[in-house]
Amino acid sequence: MSENTNNNTTTSAVASVKPYYQRWRLLKDKLARYGIAFGGLAVIVALVLIFLYLVYVVYPLFLSAHADAVAEYALPEAGQGKTLLLAMEEQNEVAVRFSDQGRAIFFRVKNGETLSAEPVGIPGGVAITSFAQGQPAKGVVAYGLADGRALIVRHRYRVTYPGDVRLITPYLEYPLGKTPLVVDEAGSALQHLAVQVDEDQATLVAKTSDKRLLLTRFSREESLFGDEPELEVTHMTIRRTEEDTDFMLLDKEQRMLYLASRNGELRYVDVSGSEPGRFKEKLVDVLPVGTEVSSMVFLNGDLSLLIGDSSGLVSQWTLVRDAQNRFTMQRIRVFKVSGHKILAIRSEQRRKGFLTVDAAGVVGIYHTTAERMLIEKRVGSSRPVAVALSPRANAFVVLDSADKMHYWRVENEHPEVSLQSIWGEVWYESYPRPAYIWQSSSASNDFEPKFSLTPLLFGTLKAAFYAMLVAIPLAIMGAIYTAYFMAPRMRLLVKPSIEIMEALPTVILGFLAGLWLAPFVEENLASIFAMLLVIPVGVMVFAFCWQQLPKRIQYFFPEGWDAALLIPVVMLSGWLAFFISPGLEELFFQGDLRLWFQREWGIGYDQRNALVGGLAMGFAVIPTIFSITEDAIFSVPRHLTVGSLALGATPWQTMIRVVLLTASPGIFSAVMIGFGRAVGETMIVLMATGNTPVMDLSIFQGMRTQSANIAVEMPESEVDSTHYRILFLAALVLFLFTFVFNTLAELIRQRLRNKYSSL
Amino acid sequence: MIREWFKSGSPWIWLNAAAVSTSLILVFGLLAMIAVRGLGHFWPAAVVELAYQEQNGQQQTIIGEISDTEAMSAQRARDAGYQFSDAGDTLLQYLIKTGNRDLTGMDFRWVLAKNILQQDYPREIMVVERREWGNFYGYLAAVKEQGKVVASGPQAWPEAQQRLERVLRIVEQIEDLEKKQIGAINYDLEKLRLKKKRLQLEEQWNSDTEQQLAMEKKAYEKQYAELQTELVDLYSQINRDSLLAKAAGGRELEIPLTKVVRIYQPNAMTLLDKIAHYLGKGWEFLSTDPREANTEGGVFPAIFGTVMMVLIMSVIVTPFGVIAAVYLREYAKQGFVTRLIRIAVNNLAGVPSIVYGVFGLGFFVYILGGNIDHLFFPEALPSPTFGTPGLLWASITLALLTLPVVIVSTEEGLSRIPKSIREGSLALGATKLETLWRTVLPMASPAMMTGLILAVARAAGEVAPLMLVGVVKLAPTLPVDGNFPFLHLDRKFMHLGFHIYDVGFQSPNVEAARPLVYATSLLLVAVIIGLNLAAISIRNRLREKYRSLEN
Repeated sequence: MSENTNNNTTTSAVASVKPYYQRWRLLKDKLARYGIAFGGLAVIVALVLIFLYLVYVVYPLFLSAHADAVAEYALPEAGQGKTLLLAMEEQNEVAVRFSDQGRAIFFRVKNGETLSAEPVGIPGGVAITSFAQGQPAKGVVAYGLADGRALIVRHRYRVTYPGDVRLITPYLEYPLGKTPLVVDEAGSALQHLAVQVDEDQATLVAKTSDKRLLLTRFSREESLFGDEPELEVTHMTIRRTEEDTDFMLLDKEQRMLYLASRNGELRYVDVSGSEPGRFKEKLVDVLPVGTEVSSMVFLNGDLSLLIGDSSGLVSQWTLVRDAQNRFTMQRIRVFKVSGHKILAIRSEQRRKGFLTVDAAGVVGIYHTTAERMLIEKRVGSSRPVAVALSPRANAFVVLDSADKMHYWRVENEHPEVSLQSIWGEVWYESYPRPAYIWQSSSASNDFEPKFSLTPLLFGTLKAAFYAMLVAIPLAIMGAIYTAYFMAPRMRLLVKPSIEIMEALPTVILGFLAGLWLAPFVEENLASIFAMLLVIPVGVMVFAFCWQQLPKRIQYFFPEGWDAALLIPVVMLSGWLAFFISPGLEELFFQGDLRLWFQREWGIGYDQRNALVGGLAMGFAVIPTIFSITEDAIFSVPRHLTVGSLALGATPWQTMIRVVLLTASPGIFSAVMIGFGRAVGETMIVLMATGNTPVMDLSIFQGMRTQSANIAVEMPESEVDSTHYRILFLAALVLFLFTFVFNTLAELIRQRLRNKYSSL
Repeated sequence: MIREWFKSGSPWIWLNAAAVSTSLILVFGLLAMIAVRGLGHFWPAAVVELAYQEQNGQQQTIIGEISDTEAMSAQRARDAGYQFSDAGDTLLQYLIKTGNRDLTGMDFRWVLAKNILQQDYPREIMVVERREWGNFYGYLAAVKEQGKVVASGPQAWPEAQQRLERVLRIVEQIEDLEKKQIGAINYDLEKLRLKKKRLQLEEQWNSDTEQQLAMEKKAYEKQYAELQTELVDLYSQINRDSLLAKAAGGRELEIPLTKVVRIYQPNAMTLLDKIAHYLGKGWEFLSTDPREANTEGGVFPAIFGTVMMVLIMSVIVTPFGVIAAVYLREYAKQGFVTRLIRIAVNNLAGVPSIVYGVFGLGFFVYILGGNIDHLFFPEALPSPTFGTPGLLWASITLALLTLPVVIVSTEEGLSRIPKSIREGSLALGATKLETLWRTVLPMASPAMMTGLILAVARAAGEVAPLMLVGVVKLAPTLPVDGNFPFLHLDRKFMHLGFHIYDVGFQSPNVEAARPLVYATSLLLVAVIIGLNLAAISIRNRLREKYRSLEN
């Protein structure tokens, strides 16, 4: 027993030392196991994160827009007249209502609380006969009066931060003075009015009750002396009008005047000149018989008109240059809004979208470029009377005939994007026909962004195609020779040399292609094409002669070193091509191949073109294809080839019938990987291909690829804008494209490897 | 006979051989071209003096280096509008680098060989490398001090060199003052400003702190004033001397020595002089800052930036890449999932680098960087600290880009280690970690090394993603300097590859900058090929080692 205890104590003494260390070791082992598993998985997750993040950025593009009712309240100051115009300010806090009693009623958007109700300053006793709105972003409106005068008023908002809280104070401003301006010197009532005001010029166009169309222009002349700028007034009579005029719009350049009647006759007049005699007028019919124009506004930018009619259609019309270089009005698209009459259209102020209200009280939000209906909501049950869309297009208010205001909020971040606008042909404003165009940004809000990825995809594929045209023959033929016919010692030298090409920074290839190769090719175009012919022929001739030489000399050169032998031959034939090409050009192409192409085929020549890009990128892709193909051919089991040779096939027959056939999946995957690399290459195409997003298959024209486009535009695009997200979409497309291609190639290769091992 | 020959298939074999030859010619031709043009740039070319008859009959002198020769066919020359009366069938033209951009408005001009009346290489022709307006070619007439001639004729040359040495010394002092000392003070003042804003934000801004900061500021301003007087003094010294030079055609020009970097007489140089000049220029290229919108001078900041970025990237990519590889090979259960992961990792290496750039910009710069700014640098807002492209984000982006390379290479190394070694270690009672740490990883270290080298080579040559995440054409300061915390990860940096793109394509004077771009390309290619060769040789040695182990 005691012995037993003794024994126990010794073991426990040992154990008390040992387990401590052992436990520590095991603990360390366990910790490392978890640590490494965690680290390893984290790294893999990080790589997956790239994909997820790209999707996360792109995803909002495809979210649908929505609108929600926020508040409903009675019309503020209903007693002060009927509403002529509703408008909101930027922050959606304050709105204004211009009434037919000449009052501007500012109220809070969220509850209708009146902030101020000022008279705009119409002299007493004079009746208001017309009303017009200028560019919505400027907040200019004009009242036309019965005595031939008009008053121009601007609603503006002052933003201050007393105690760090935003306070918006609305006020009225009179850009041309507080006294009404004389439009008709004869003094008849202004029945219709159009107005535009900018910094140094303002124009009013009016139709009087006695059917004259008048134009009055106010120019601000900066006088040399004195600070007070002077207004110079010009009155002109455009003509007499016998026809009806129900809508009148003047564009913000104060250049084009559009007159429309309810029955669908649209006239447009260039009023930019200073003599009435020069006004030329054109007429188009914009509607089928039986419908009536019910509203007409400019789309943002004032380049196209939106015309709503009684049958519930909204059509977009724009001035387009035709083949004779004359402007004609063209309908570029139609939206079917509903079966009811369109009561009002409001354009967004920063994008090419618009809002409609129809007689059934349905509000719709549309985007013209994307040809998309984004929102369709019924607002209230009564017939709408007036509507205002906020400058940021994220809210609107509707007034209905029951004098009720409806305030809605809109979430509509990326209306520009639709399948059609990204991949399809789109008819842009001022373009003669639908086209695929990428033109993403410009300084002004009026610009219609053109986000067609098709020309970029086209450019990408074109660049890759020409690169493959260069790379595939050289790489695969080279690989065949290196793997099967070359002496092992030479192979040891050649393989790494070609593989080192892969490591060459593409920026260097691009630089050489852009600055050295492009001018070189331009100068020696004929020689480059001649080389295609001369080098193979030269090699063949040399080979034939070589094999006719006595065996003694042939054996002097070890077998399998033919490629080394051919280096001077290829160089000589290349030189020969340069030597003979001026003569050939003289003989067949009137001295200059480039000019000949231009003259005979109408093919233009860009210095940085697909040929140059293809040569440089082909160079970059050769090692990828070469190396994989070579591996595939080299690892074809020996007994297959030996068997074939033993049966009497020549080496070449063995190569074609046995080796290539067996290795073909490997070669295919090599080509796919090479293609993936060509598609994603950035620097070479950026530097060597001119970067113009045109869709032209010609080898002498440049292009722009997705990757180059990202590199050029990404740093300048605003975070989270549609442009930014579309660039991410392009990156995602590239990612998926190469990933899928590479995965397929990898799977093919693995199957091939299994096949070899089973053989 | 020929038909038989074709039937045997051997012409096709020859044709395949020709494909290999062509590829080899392309590779070595390209490398040779870069090498020749890059290395040739620093050699002092002879300067020629031409008596030249213009197309309109006027005669004039042209001084410059012949930098290109072109022969144009008679037909094309006629099409291009050259009058071409003689019977020759080619038109020989020289591109002359005439320099003197301040006088003539251009650096280069073409001359027709047939209109050259006389061609000389006078020994006295002088080339002046200037800090602005490019090179000057002409004769030295006199040396002036404070506007008075102190030496002319044959004494002028040694005098000019002596005085230039003095000026260059002063320039060095001024640069030291402006960049290092005044730069440091400005940096500290900026830090004070931020400190003040921070205190205000945290509502600890009171009279105490205000006083303290004001005192600190005063101290700095005093220091600043001292340096400023020193600087003014140096500037008055430096402006003393100038050269009176005579350009081609007899126009005289006064060149202040402050604007001069180097003067030499290439036609009078001996071979030894030329070699010395060559080495001097080469060293200048490697060690100095660029001048004149990057078209002259050195590329030191670009080298420095590239090295810094690659170093930081290596620090990040090595542990993560190795851990991921060890997990995949040693810990994960081999099966469908690991196969899938392996394929995915492999393919990520093929994803276009620009995609990584986009990810880096969106995720690292805007999301991570933006949040870091809000949390840690609120005082600097709205100007971003980490929320803008910079060294750190560029390094991380490239680490992500090269991660697959390291993983694949390390895994390959691990898979080559014979199982017997692992089993031996485990049988002796070692835990898995100990086996890994003591035997497997050391044996796989060459493979890791290979992976890292390949990663570094790839990162050094990659430009597209860097354009989005932190590279700039001209960084005012290096990412490492004497101001605490010494390494500024938030700074933008220059990069050799981007330098090539920028100077070659976006510089105002591409023609003049071209030799420099070749030199930069040569440098980059040399570094990358060197790294690759190192990787290849390590890999080969590794294979040998395991072959002997297996036996």
